[in-house]
Amino acid sequence: MNQRASNLLDEALGLVDDGSKAWPLSGRVVLVEDRVETSAAFVLHHLVKRALSPHSSNVVVFLALSQPFSHYDRVFRKLGCNLGAQSENNRFFFLDMLMSEFPDGDEGGLVALYGKIEKVVSSLLQENKKCITIVVDDLSLMEAAANGFSNYVLDFLHYCHTLTSAFGCTLVALNHEDIYLGMERPALILQLEYLADILMKAEPLATGLATDVHGQLTILNRGMWDGQGSSRNRICNFHFRVKENGVEYFSPGSRA
Amino acid sequence: MATTKSRTSSFSRNLAAVPSSTNPGLKYGPNGTIFISSGIPDLDKILGGGFPLGSLVMVMEDAEAPHHMLLLRNFMSQGLVHKQPLLYASPSKDPKGFLGTLPSPGSAKDDKSRIRDPEQEKGLRIAWQYKKYFDEHQQSFDSIRDGKYEYCNDFDLRKPLERHFLSSQHIDCVSIQETQDLTALRNRCATFLTQFPRNDGNISPAGRIAIQSFCSPQCEYSNMEWDMLSFIRSLRSMIRSSNAVAVVTFPPSLLSPSFSRRWQHMADTLLSVRAIPDEDKELAKLLTGYQEMVGLLNVHKVARINTQVPVILEATTFSIKLQKRRFLVLECLNQAPIDSSSGSSYGTSATCSGTSKSGTLDF
Repeated sequence: MNQRASNLLDEALGLVDDGSKAWPLSGRVVLVEDRVETSAAFVLHHLVKRALSPHSSNVVVFLALSQPFSHYDRVFRKLGCNLGAQSENNRFFFLDMLMSEFPDGDEGGLVALYGKIEKVVSSLLQENKKCITIVVDDLSLMEAAANGFSNYVLDFLHYCHTLTSAFGCTLVALNHEDIYLGMERPALILQLEYLADILMKAEPLATGLATDVHGQLTILNRGMWDGQGSSRNRICNFHFRVKENGVEYFSPGSRA
Repeated sequence: MATTKSRTSSFSRNLAAVPSSTNPGLKYGPNGTIFISSGIPDLDKILGGGFPLGSLVMVMEDAEAPHHMLLLRNFMSQGLVHKQPLLYASPSKDPKGFLGTLPSPGSAKDDKSRIRDPEQEKGLRIAWQYKKYFDEHQQSFDSIRDGKYEYCNDFDLRKPLERHFLSSQHIDCVSIQETQDLTALRNRCATFLTQFPRNDGNISPAGRIAIQSFCSPQCEYSNMEWDMLSFIRSLRSMIRSSNAVAVVTFPPSLLSPSFSRRWQHMADTLLSVRAIPDEDKELAKLLTGYQEMVGLLNVHKVARINTQVPVILEATTFSIKLQKRRFLVLECLNQAPIDSSSGSSYGTSATCSGTSKSGTLDF
């Protein structure tokens, strides 16, 4: 872990430490927001890859609504992480929900889904695997699967949130910011932003897309502990460029 | 770096080794994707090869102009020429009638190269040493042209598609005007897509789904926004696991802004078309070749399947032109020289140089 060059994203998330400490995101909710122009899927990939790094014993539960396994498998292989092997080691649980639907007025589907997750989590806790990351890709599709009953989705997320506070799981969710911009009371996104300990927004540059800068990432990290026992918020902003085997992060203007 | 997908990675497959002998309609792309042609040679080049199998293409219509039909027609015709099964859904009463308006592949190859040649000559002289590179580049796209069927044909919009392409069994037409709920259409798509299961290794035939004006007010479900969204989501999921491409056009102005965004997020490849006003003096002054333009095409999103890297194009706005009133051509917008009166000068390209007109200016 030491020899890995840290980058701006890891620093902003507090992910750079010496490996002796526990997973710094444990017990926290991470919300990632993106737009049509700039996808933030790479942030999820990065977090999953960090969680599955060979030095840690983290476990990832991945709720895939947007892509099939083959897509993630290829993406992660290029990032240097073999999902097939990880799932054989019981460190990666892939829930393929590409086709699943939770039809009208029926909360049962999402409750059953939560039951599934809880079962995985509790069985892992028995095996003494403490750090579990639950990843949802992505929430807007879950809303569509629930046929617009956003409250059920919200309930589901609240249940998942209890897992973070009760067992120290990490909840990572992706959503699309621009969907809710024109809405009157976008309850889902507002509540989520309220719950989130770390809020990340991926946006295109104001000047448009370029080949060497794919967009900018703004990270609000609530409750960073600064050593003296008081918490503070920290906001970071930097540019990124997505590549197959990783992402380059750099401060605005530091690229010629 | 990522202008054309095919050349991004040094480990990508050799494009020259396309499976042309077995199936002319398919072409290997990077990251284990397989492309089918959009039916517009220039659009294929812009998108780095075409539409990847398993992707959902959405076209945002201009509510007042039928430009999306140009894309749809060429997409459908190309599929029929390649004998790829087609499912066509439209809000008209008689969707089969639309098949009569499909364009036929023209003998445009000779036509086109004849037109392009003089342009190349007078536009920019290329030293003979570099000619070979130029040819190579062309070849990568045109390599299948010697065969009977090309990967991508030039379609003559004034010539209707020959009967024998239409009479085959593999065309399925659905009218979505009368349908009250979308389960019927969903089942139709599902059964259609069972013909094209995805199994890695062997290439089964590819299928095409074309849905025209999906949320148009003639459809009785058009006020059930969540139902439409969940239909698109399930279509996307089904497409992902089959060797097919779906093109859905929709007028975004008829949706609420939030839903229009949701739809755009669903799309793997997102395009929009816009008509240009007939007598826009300002625009006419700004752009060369304004007279021949029929509209503008915007590329908002290019499919990224099996990769996390976005495709950033050199230009995202292209002008749609009809060459000789027959062939659909996409060109980068060229800003007119400040004090020029003629529209034929391509010398000062401000936005970019030739993504679509590959090679003519790229030096």
